[in-house]
Amino acid sequence: MSDFFTMSILVATVASGIRLATPYLLAGLGETVGQRSGVLNLGVDGVMQLSAFFAYWTVLETDNLILGSFVGVGVGLVMGVIYAVITVVLQAQQGISGIGIFLFGLGFSDLMFRRQVGTPKPANQLPDVPIPLLSDIPVIGEALFEHSWLTYLAFAMVPLLAFMLRKTTFGMNIRAVGENPQAADSLGVSVGWTRTYAILIGNAMAGLAGAALVLELGIFQPNLTAGLGFIAVALVYFGAWRPAGVMSGALLYGLVAAVVLQWKAQGIIPRSASDIAAMAPAVLTIIALVVLAGRVQAPSALTRPFSRH
Amino acid sequence: MSMLEMRGITKRFPGVIANQDVDFDVRAGEVHTLLGENGAGKSTLMKILFGLYQPDEGEVIWQGSPATITSPSQAIEAGIGMVHQHFMLVPTLTVAENVALGLSSGRAPFTDLDAVSERIREISDQHGLSVDPSVDVWRLSVGERQRVEIMKALYRQAELLVLDEPTAVLTPQEVDDLFEILRRMTDEGRGLIFISHKLHEVMALSDRITVLRNGRVSGHTTPGETSREELAAMMVGRAVKLTPDRPPVETGDSRLEVRSLSVQGDRGTRAVDDVSFDVKGGEILGIAGVSGNGQREIAETIAGLRTPLPGSSVLLDGTDVLPMKTKQRRDLGLAYVPEERMKDGAVGDFSVSENLILVNHDTAEFTSSGLFNFDAIRRHCSELVERFAVKTPTIDTPTSSLSGGNIQKVIIARELTGNPGVLIASQPTRGVDIGSAEYIHEQLIAQRDRGTATLLISEDLDEVLGLSDRIAVVFEGRIVAIVDADDATRENIGLLMAGVVEPTG
Repeated sequence: MSDFFTMSILVATVASGIRLATPYLLAGLGETVGQRSGVLNLGVDGVMQLSAFFAYWTVLETDNLILGSFVGVGVGLVMGVIYAVITVVLQAQQGISGIGIFLFGLGFSDLMFRRQVGTPKPANQLPDVPIPLLSDIPVIGEALFEHSWLTYLAFAMVPLLAFMLRKTTFGMNIRAVGENPQAADSLGVSVGWTRTYAILIGNAMAGLAGAALVLELGIFQPNLTAGLGFIAVALVYFGAWRPAGVMSGALLYGLVAAVVLQWKAQGIIPRSASDIAAMAPAVLTIIALVVLAGRVQAPSALTRPFSRH
Repeated sequence: MSMLEMRGITKRFPGVIANQDVDFDVRAGEVHTLLGENGAGKSTLMKILFGLYQPDEGEVIWQGSPATITSPSQAIEAGIGMVHQHFMLVPTLTVAENVALGLSSGRAPFTDLDAVSERIREISDQHGLSVDPSVDVWRLSVGERQRVEIMKALYRQAELLVLDEPTAVLTPQEVDDLFEILRRMTDEGRGLIFISHKLHEVMALSDRITVLRNGRVSGHTTPGETSREELAAMMVGRAVKLTPDRPPVETGDSRLEVRSLSVQGDRGTRAVDDVSFDVKGGEILGIAGVSGNGQREIAETIAGLRTPLPGSSVLLDGTDVLPMKTKQRRDLGLAYVPEERMKDGAVGDFSVSENLILVNHDTAEFTSSGLFNFDAIRRHCSELVERFAVKTPTIDTPTSSLSGGNIQKVIIARELTGNPGVLIASQPTRGVDIGSAEYIHEQLIAQRDRGTATLLISEDLDEVLGLSDRIAVVFEGRIVAIVDADDATRENIGLLMAGVVEPTG
C-alpha cells in the first residue's frame, strides 16, 4: 500500500485517470446536448464502435491521425443523420431505436474489421503534446498538461458547451424544445431542426469519442468499447444534464479505473479479485445514480417525440 | 371598420362539418366573445385563423385585405396573438427567455436578453402587468404565468389577441385584475376575441357576442340586449335552467363527519391542514376554492385513496372509516364521483354496461358461482341508461366513444345506484355540455332530497352557489369559513377564496 503513495505513482495515476476519462467525457457531453433537446440516444456505444473502427482503419492505411479523427467525426455525423430521420422525422420510440443503432454499430464494426483487417495490427497512437510552460510546473504539469490534443479538446468543450447552452439563442432553443416543445413551436422555433442539430452534435462527439479511444490505444478489436457508451449515457444523469457535472462524473470514473489498474499492476489487488475490482467504476456509478436519483429533474420532454396534433 | 373579418367560413372533416358558413369579425377596440359548447366549432375557427387549418370555403380578411395564413408564426407576424388555455411556457426558462423565444436577434448568435428585459419592463408598466423578466417561470403563480402569456403577445405587437378560456384557473379577484388589463388593451385600440363558457363573465366583458352551435352561428348579440338564460338557450338550442330549483328539505343527522383532517400532498407539503366539517342527510355542502387548495386531497382521503396524517378522523354514519379499505367504505354507503373522469372515474375501453357495474359486479345480483348473469346485467344497465338519459348507441358501446357529458352521466348513474348515504362529487360538470350539466344538477338535488349527504367540490363558483345548502371555502389547505347559502354571494365567497377573511365574517 505504501508504494502507492509515492509521488511519481500518484502523478502517473492521475494522468492515466484523465486519459481514461476522455472518451467518456466526449461521448457524455454530446449526449448531454441531445438530451437537453429532448432526445435520448442509447446508440452512443454503437456509434463509438463504428467510428473507432473507421478511425483505426484510416490511420492504419494512411498513418494520418488527424484524418483518422475527422473520419471518426464523419461516421458520427452519418449515424446522427440516420438517428434524426428515425426519431425526428419518423417519430419512432427513442429507447428502442437507440438500441437498434447500438446493435448495428456493434455488428457492423465487427464485420468490417474481420473483412478489412482480420487480425489486430498496431496503428499509430496519439502522441502526448506537452503544453509549453504549463507542463513544466512541478507535479501538476506532468499530471494535467502532458496529454493528447483530443484530451485537451474534450476538456475545452466543457465550458464551451455550457456557454452555448446558457448564453446563445441556439442553446436557449435547445432547452426550450427539451422542456416544452409545444411552447417553442407556438413561437416559431422549429422543434425538428433544433433537435436534429442537437442529435448531430451529440453523434459527432460520440464519433470523436470512438476515435479518441482507439487512437489512444493504437489497436482495434471487436467490441472495443465494452459498454463505455452506455456509461457515458449514465454520466449524463449523474451530471444532472450539465457539462460540468458530466465532467466530474467522467473524471471520477476515469480516476477510479486508473487506481484499480495501478493496484492490479502493483499486486495490491490479488489476481483472483481482479475481475471484481474491474467492476468498481460501474458499481460506483450505480451507487451515485441511486443516491442522486430524483434530486434533479430530467428535461420534461426527454424521449417524447413531438408532433403538432 | 373591422380589423378582422372571417366571411362564410366552412370547414369539413370526414363525417363532420366543423364550421358551416360562419361569419365573424372583430373591430379595433372591442371585445368580441365567441361562445359555444365543446364541439360547437370555436376551436376550429381559431385554428383557421392561426393557419393550422385551411378553410374549405370562405375567406379571412385581415386589416382590409384577404390573408392566407398557413402557420401560427405567420399569424404572429401579422399581429395576431393567442393566450392558450394550457399555458405555452417553458418553466425552466426565465420570463425574458420565454418572451424572447423564436424572436430574431440583432446580436446573433446571442439573444440580447438585457434589451428584451428592458422592453418587458416598459410594456409591463404601460399595461399594469407587473411581470418581472428575470424570474424563472416555474416560480410564478398561475395568474402571473397568464400575464407572461399576455406579455408574449404584446411584445410581438399583437393587434388582435385571442384569449382561450383565460379565467378557467383564476380566482375571482384575479379575474377582475385580468379584465382590467384587457380593458386597458382595448382602450389602446387592440381587438380581443374572448372564448369562454362562463356566462356572467361573458356578460361583464363583451362588447359583442357571437354564439356557435353545431358549427353554425346561432346568433349575434350584445350584453345589452340579451341575458345569461338567453345565451344558454342559444348555445343549447332550447330553454335551459341555469340555477336549479332547490326545494327546502328537512335535514337529518350528520352522515359524514370530518374531524381535524390533515393530509400530506404529492409534493410533501401539508395539502390539507386540520380541516373539520359535517354534512347532514338531505344537505349539499359545497367546497369552493381555487384548484390546488386541498380539495382533491380531501375527496381522495374520504374515498379511501389517500392516507391522512395521524390525528385525523372521518366518520360515515358514526363509523370510523379511516382504517377501512375503499370497498368496505362503499359497502357502508359511500359513493364517489372523481374529478378526473377518464382517469379515475371510468375505464375508457370498457363498454357502457361494464362501467355501470364497475363497483357492484360481484354482488349476488350480477354474479353467481363466479360467473356473470348477463341477463340481469343487461336489464339493470338498460334501465340506468334510460333513467339517466345517457345518449349511447347500445350499452355495449365502448365508453370512450361517448361525449364527456354522457360519460359523466354513466358515472353518476353508477354512483347513485343503491341510494348512497354519502356522496362525494368532485367537479361533476367540468367540461360537460350545458344540457348534461343541467341534468346532472337535477339528479344531485333529487339525491339530496332522498336524504343523501352530498359533498360537492367544484371550481365553478356558479355551480357551488346554485346547488349548495352551505358553502365551505378552502384556501391553502384550510377551511377559512363555512357560509350558509342564503348569506353567500359571488363577492364574499370570491374574497374568501383568495384567502381574505373579513373580521365581521
